[in-house]
Amino acid sequence: MAFFMDPEVLSSDKIMEVFYIVMGLMSIYAGVHNLRDRSNPSRYGTFVFWTLLGVVIAFGRWIPPMIDGLLIVIMVIPAIAQRVKPGKAAEPTDAEVEGNFRRIGQKVFIPALAIGVFAIAGALIPAIGALAGCCIGVFVSAIILWAFNRANTLAVFLGDSERLLSAMGPLCMLPMLLASLGAIFDAAGVGDVIARIVGGVIPAGNRTVGIIVFALGMMLFTMIMGNAFAAITVMTVGIGAPFVLSLGTDPAVVGILALTCGYCGTLLTPMAANFNIVPVAMLQMKDRMGVIKNQVLPAFVMIVVQIIYMLIAC
Amino acid sequence: MEYLVLLGIAVVIVGFALRLDSILIVFLAAIVTALLGNLGIDGFLTTLGESFVSNRSVALFIIILLVTGTLERNGLKQAAAELIGKAKGATPGIIIALYGVMRLVFAAFNVSFGGVAGFVRPIIMPMAVGAIEATGHKPDEDYVEQLKGMASGMENVAWFFGQVLFVGTSGAILVKTTLAPLGYDVDLLQLAIIEIPVALIAVGVTAAYYIIKDARLRRKFYGGESGVRKPDSVKEGE
Repeated sequence: MAFFMDPEVLSSDKIMEVFYIVMGLMSIYAGVHNLRDRSNPSRYGTFVFWTLLGVVIAFGRWIPPMIDGLLIVIMVIPAIAQRVKPGKAAEPTDAEVEGNFRRIGQKVFIPALAIGVFAIAGALIPAIGALAGCCIGVFVSAIILWAFNRANTLAVFLGDSERLLSAMGPLCMLPMLLASLGAIFDAAGVGDVIARIVGGVIPAGNRTVGIIVFALGMMLFTMIMGNAFAAITVMTVGIGAPFVLSLGTDPAVVGILALTCGYCGTLLTPMAANFNIVPVAMLQMKDRMGVIKNQVLPAFVMIVVQIIYMLIAC
Repeated sequence: MEYLVLLGIAVVIVGFALRLDSILIVFLAAIVTALLGNLGIDGFLTTLGESFVSNRSVALFIIILLVTGTLERNGLKQAAAELIGKAKGATPGIIIALYGVMRLVFAAFNVSFGGVAGFVRPIIMPMAVGAIEATGHKPDEDYVEQLKGMASGMENVAWFFGQVLFVGTSGAILVKTTLAPLGYDVDLLQLAIIEIPVALIAVGVTAAYYIIKDARLRRKFYGGESGVRKPDSVKEGE
């Protein structure tokens, strides 16, 4: 309670803390639901993962950091052991969806777009912030959906979110773990070591060379790893910070464009199987590289466009 | 040997390249780096706990899931199908390009219609093949194969570059939380605004490329008369 009363804490952080409790409870609900679901092949592992994740998200601020760390270690054990699985899902029937659509029609776009609108509105009001605005938008969206169709009760929202969360599985935690990995790299001094090594190869203090190496490095690293999120953590600490950002370039431009340079790599690699190989199977294509071949030209155009953008904007 | 702390990076690169379990890789890399960087077990747990809690914003997608499934239940995909279905009489290339534009606009609001499995296969591909048949031609297998590749490519380009326009997307939050310990504070709205020209160029270039490629393919497979609508009663090559 002291946290919410503290005048030193930003109001946007206080609002977010409330929403973190909501998110944590949603995750705990997924854990308990799966524990009670006898059709789930890994009830206990699934329960441990989602429940501990929920505890850390909801109450992590008030738990000593070392205990948080310990809870996270215990949480990922069932995930690594492939013991986090979805149970039976109560998917909506075609008849129900069709009936709802006939009643609501194109108006369903209103609650769908509400979240983004509120995120922008929140970003423009410093006391709220983009993240809290987005969360408020979620609740506005839910209320509009309920107004359209009274069958959308709290139980329906909770059930649907549990179904999607369970279906996404533990991999949805990867960005959070990668962000933590970045912090550990930083604490262990990885950035300094890379800066010293790369400094011998590319001339430090040369903004143009730094930007080009960072942009192409993001693309190539993403191609090798198949995941731009994994690449951005390593590359920003190792190349971005010492060779581009330290020269006084705009961290927002360089930071976010590096991510989309990584996406150019995602378009080119069979390692990003979900985007480039799974569709081949789904659409019953003959050429395994049939999707990637159609993405080569856009990827190369975009890497060039973004390097030029960074050079001009910085 | 101070270079030993780089072993963690090697673990990430080799691990992902070998397609090992992603969570296992990240965890191994974290432990290896922490121990070689002399953080010790205590330091590892404390840094992990602290950073995870301060990076909880990356889990924002969880609260969005509260409505995602229920939006689907109330006909979001059907509404999107009806919207794109208004493109009557368009060529396959134009249908794919229009899908890219629609996908981009909705991705900027973090609204998805189900990707290749949920939307391209059941809605976009039948529309594209229907457009070939509407001109009185039989869909050629190799031509349709190219259309499938283009539709998937449009899906990927529009989604990747569109979702970064959403203020609160995981990617932008990850960039923000990666820059924070390095001493750089960036604003999420600013990150989204920076990406607007990139997203427009990405979808514009890809859409134009596919429209041109499709026109070439139609000339190759159906000769110069492509795009000329034949009377509906005429059916060829059944």
